[in-house]
Amino acid sequence: MTSDVAVVGFAQSPVAVRDDATTSGVEMLVPTIAEAFGACGLTKSDIGFWCSGSSDYLAGRAFSFVSAVDAIGAVPPTMESHVEMDGAWALYEAWVKVLTGDADIALAYGFGKSSGAELRRVMALQLDPYLVAPLWPDSVSVAALQARLGLEAGRWTEKDMAEVAARSRAAAASNPAAQVSGPVSAADLLARPYVAEPLRAHDCAPVGDGAAVVIIASAARARDLCERPAWITGFAHRIDSGALGARDLLSVPSAAGALASAGSGVPVEVAELHAPFTHQDILLREAMGLGDDVTVSPSGGALCGNPMFAAGLARIGSAAQAVMSGRAGRALGHATSGPALQQNLVCVLSGESS
Amino acid sequence: MGMTITPVRLHYMHTASPGESFYLRGLAERRLLGQRCGVCGQVYVPPRGTCPADGVPTHEEVELAETGTVTTFCVVNVGYPGQKVTPPYVAAQILLDGADIAFGHLVLGCDPGEVRMGMRVKAVWAEEGISHFEPNGEADAPYETYERFM
Repeated sequence: MTSDVAVVGFAQSPVAVRDDATTSGVEMLVPTIAEAFGACGLTKSDIGFWCSGSSDYLAGRAFSFVSAVDAIGAVPPTMESHVEMDGAWALYEAWVKVLTGDADIALAYGFGKSSGAELRRVMALQLDPYLVAPLWPDSVSVAALQARLGLEAGRWTEKDMAEVAARSRAAAASNPAAQVSGPVSAADLLARPYVAEPLRAHDCAPVGDGAAVVIIASAARARDLCERPAWITGFAHRIDSGALGARDLLSVPSAAGALASAGSGVPVEVAELHAPFTHQDILLREAMGLGDDVTVSPSGGALCGNPMFAAGLARIGSAAQAVMSGRAGRALGHATSGPALQQNLVCVLSGESS
Repeated sequence: MGMTITPVRLHYMHTASPGESFYLRGLAERRLLGQRCGVCGQVYVPPRGTCPADGVPTHEEVELAETGTVTTFCVVNVGYPGQKVTPPYVAAQILLDGADIAFGHLVLGCDPGEVRMGMRVKAVWAEEGISHFEPNGEADAPYETYERFM
């Protein structure tokens, strides 16, 4: 059992409105994996364990994720796994594999062709299949209910939400993978129409296709592969009830719990949050106790590019990048899954090994 | 007591990748087009735009013969809604001459009982693409020629 594992590489494809890739993701993954390999001088034969995150619901057919294995060149046969979740959870599985000594170097990838069908309707199928999903409460409407609750409880205003969008888009100007970016004022955004009241377009992550890749290594290998590895000092995930009516939608105990377990003792300078809606950025900052001294989502976050099943992994990759580049001593990457922030994962990264 | 039916229906739009588009345009011209891997040299049809063995993009385009060999097959005896051919009929894996991967297609034009491993077949074209394969009368291919693709 090894105790120290570090992120040594990260790459993501540009998030596209409708990429010309197939739902297998292969066309987006091949260049992205090659880019991640190139940065740390690895080839596929160096990878002891591969794990992917994706969902067949985006492809509309069973076992489509198996086609994605074409992208990794699995000859001779290799150790490979898949989670029907964001690639962040695939990274968690890969981390456990390295911790247990089953692999020295592991690669997690996530991909999503979100544009294959009408995403907000596809996402309705993650709800209770008997009593809720048949009503087709789409993902934007569910998030709108959460945003409305917060507005009525005085937790935020529509202006607060617009300011999150403006902050994110300004930050994304330096992120070449972002789907939307650039300076815009909250006042301009508030003049635009509602999509699902109280949400406007800027409150919702854009629908986009993309892929992300993160490479991790044991202490024995990490320093050879990366000048300044991003050591994983804590990694945890928690889940709240899947029944929307059984949860207080204005608290996110699973995010707070994941952070507590991953290590909230030492403050982080950067937090990459996977908040697909503006009010969820506010909710997550509150739940995790992130103050004004923390730079939130300097990549622009999910509001500027949210390829399903890759965006959470890209948050961890972006947080790791902040550490690897020396821009931050400690950073956290967060991923969410399920309706209205039901499930949350936190990965804490540091320039110093524990 | 009553019953409620709640339809669950989603509409998907398939995106043909550059590799798939190249293949489909070939079919429209009654040509079978594949791609060769620049690393291992294997030829894939339909082309995938990538080599699943090496994980690298494939760029070299290759035109294949419309003849091939049955590597393995099954006789379909079971009916199902929407079935286009009346059972019994043969669904086979066919290794096109020049290809390094077999693909699935129908073998019609003979009694299902006559279909066998190694049988030589040729494509029968329809309005758009291949309708099915049928025996082309050549002597069976020796087992060693398709053993690697089983």
